[in-house]
Amino acid sequence: MKGILRIAFKLLVNDKGKYAALLVGITFAVFLMVQMTSIFSGILMKSSSTVINLGAQVWVMDPAVNNVASSIPMPDYVLDTVRSIDGVKYAVPLYSGAALVKLRNGIFQSVTVVGLDDNSLFGHPELVEGKIEDIYAENAFIVVEDAEIRKLGYPTVGTDFELNDHRGVIVGIARVAASGLFGIPTLYTTYSKAIQYIPSTRFTISYILVEPKSSDAIPHIQQQVKRLGYEALTKDEFMQKIANYYKYQTGLGTNILIMTVVSFLVGFSVSGQTFYTFILENLEKFGALKAIGAKGSELVYMILFQAMFTAMIGYGLGVGLCTLIITIAKLRIPDYSANITYTTLGFAFFMVLIIAGISSYIGIRKVLKIEPFDIFRG
Amino acid sequence: MNPAISANELAKWFGEGDLKTYAVNDVTFEAYFGEILFIVGPSGSGKTTLLSIVSGILRPNSGTVVIDNVDIWKLEPDQIAQFRLNKVGFVFQDYHLFPRLTTAENVAIPLILMKKDWDESIREATRYLEIVGLGNKVQLPPVKLSGGEQQRVAIARALVSQPDILIFDEPTASLDGDTGRRVMEFVKTNVLNDKRCILIVTHDSRIFEYADRIMKMEDGRVVGIEKGASH
Ligand SMILES: Nc1ncnc2c1ncn2[C@@H]1O[C@H](COP(=O)(O)OP(=O)(O)OP(=O)(O)O)[C@@H](O)[C@H]1O
Ligand SMILES: [Mg+2]
Repeated sequence: MKGILRIAFKLLVNDKGKYAALLVGITFAVFLMVQMTSIFSGILMKSSSTVINLGAQVWVMDPAVNNVASSIPMPDYVLDTVRSIDGVKYAVPLYSGAALVKLRNGIFQSVTVVGLDDNSLFGHPELVEGKIEDIYAENAFIVVEDAEIRKLGYPTVGTDFELNDHRGVIVGIARVAASGLFGIPTLYTTYSKAIQYIPSTRFTISYILVEPKSSDAIPHIQQQVKRLGYEALTKDEFMQKIANYYKYQTGLGTNILIMTVVSFLVGFSVSGQTFYTFILENLEKFGALKAIGAKGSELVYMILFQAMFTAMIGYGLGVGLCTLIITIAKLRIPDYSANITYTTLGFAFFMVLIIAGISSYIGIRKVLKIEPFDIFRG
Repeated sequence: MNPAISANELAKWFGEGDLKTYAVNDVTFEAYFGEILFIVGPSGSGKTTLLSIVSGILRPNSGTVVIDNVDIWKLEPDQIAQFRLNKVGFVFQDYHLFPRLTTAENVAIPLILMKKDWDESIREATRYLEIVGLGNKVQLPPVKLSGGEQQRVAIARALVSQPDILIFDEPTASLDGDTGRRVMEFVKTNVLNDKRCILIVTHDSRIFEYADRIMKMEDGRVVGIEKGASH
């Protein structure tokens, strides 16, 4: 078996022109598919960054909310009612809103302000500098150290600024798991300070973060919240809802899907066609092998090997190229949202297997059909 | 003497109904070890078809082919492939060498199909290329060789597995007269031995002198067997 695979390998790679064309086709398809889906998953991850970073198990919100940034304020009684639901261990308010910061050098910069519950500071980020208790100090803010922090001029503890005409001062620097989609810096403060500094409507609670007594209690909590006319979503459900919004309501998902399908089709037609010509060109030789005494199954292995080998090399090249470009892009553009996940890689792998599978199926059918007698007759 | 090939009442037809034509019709003959048997006849008389049937390439509609006490057409397809690999060497009219492999790799193919070790197969193939006088061309691709040299590569590939039966279809058709005669001379002196039976289909009367026996076909039937010039 090893010997005939070696023959198959030589037949393939010695045909340099076709082999290159095959690799280009697959590499191109993999590159584009991984790139597209990575950008998409990067955007999805960033769009859910607040949900990921705060880590609450259950989120209560207005049913019309479809992404974190556009929260719809809820009246205080909702918080009280949620707290009284059976199975709720505790529930805290969260403020999330936008504000305008004026830096010392006079530059304006918009920011996201997250106001954490004053009593518990539930969901507060991990500090790399400063102490979390300092958040209670007058004018205190904690800045998130992510790709956007440069837009605030790399503040340090003690840096001050104006926020909606109030004085603000940095008391800590935090690190979070995911940075946001909109390319603006994030400041954390307390809930009470946030609603004091930022002009708001009559209602001020953006979200209610709920910690259930156990995960079994969640369905009951959801049911009760629904009776109030609000919606309680688990972390995953909320992220899914946000993802669905970007996928189906913004056109982003459809466009990426179309691009992915097109990349697949282009890669498939280039490689599939080339492989088909490769098989056709060698068809008589495969027939001669059959006449000499190669079994049908051996010819099948040869073709499968050729298709799989090319597919795997092309996959490796495509993924490598994609990683390289994303890495370079991230060096130049800190906000570049592309995120190669195992799902993305798995998806591209699966598509490449389909390309290899269909190509080899067609090749195998051709090769199994040739009659050595026809080769013999010339 | 035990025949190398014993063909009995072979028939092969193509098409059905009005279109049914016999390519081989009631053919019975024996071929012996140590002989070169020519099969001659006009175009369309069934020579290639007959050769294919006796070498395990084309299944007849009726009749039997017994080689080495085995009725080959009673075997399963994979067993017939194995039989061809072990017992028969083929030299096709247009050689069918792989252009992307070296001549040594081309010649080694039967051994590799027999699952012999790669390096050993290449060594053995090189030895056979030396026998056919191409020891200095083992690393070249076949397209770099002349027609006569390619023919010899094809012969080396047919010989490398040391088959009992050698099958040549029109071996000299694409060679000039001199080269053709040289190839036949080589076959006669170096390839033929008393454990081997060689069947050659040809139109080329220039090489009839190398035949031990000549079998004449017409319309799918054997119309006579005579002794060749070399007897
Ligand atoms: N696959 C096929 N389908 C239909 N008819 C066929 C097929 N193969 C052979 N024949 C017919 O069988 C007959 C014998 O063909 P064959 O190739 O054996 O002749 P041949 O003696 O080798 O001729 P040539 O000297 O031209 O090679 C011819 O009439 C041919 O048309
Ligand atoms: Mg013929």
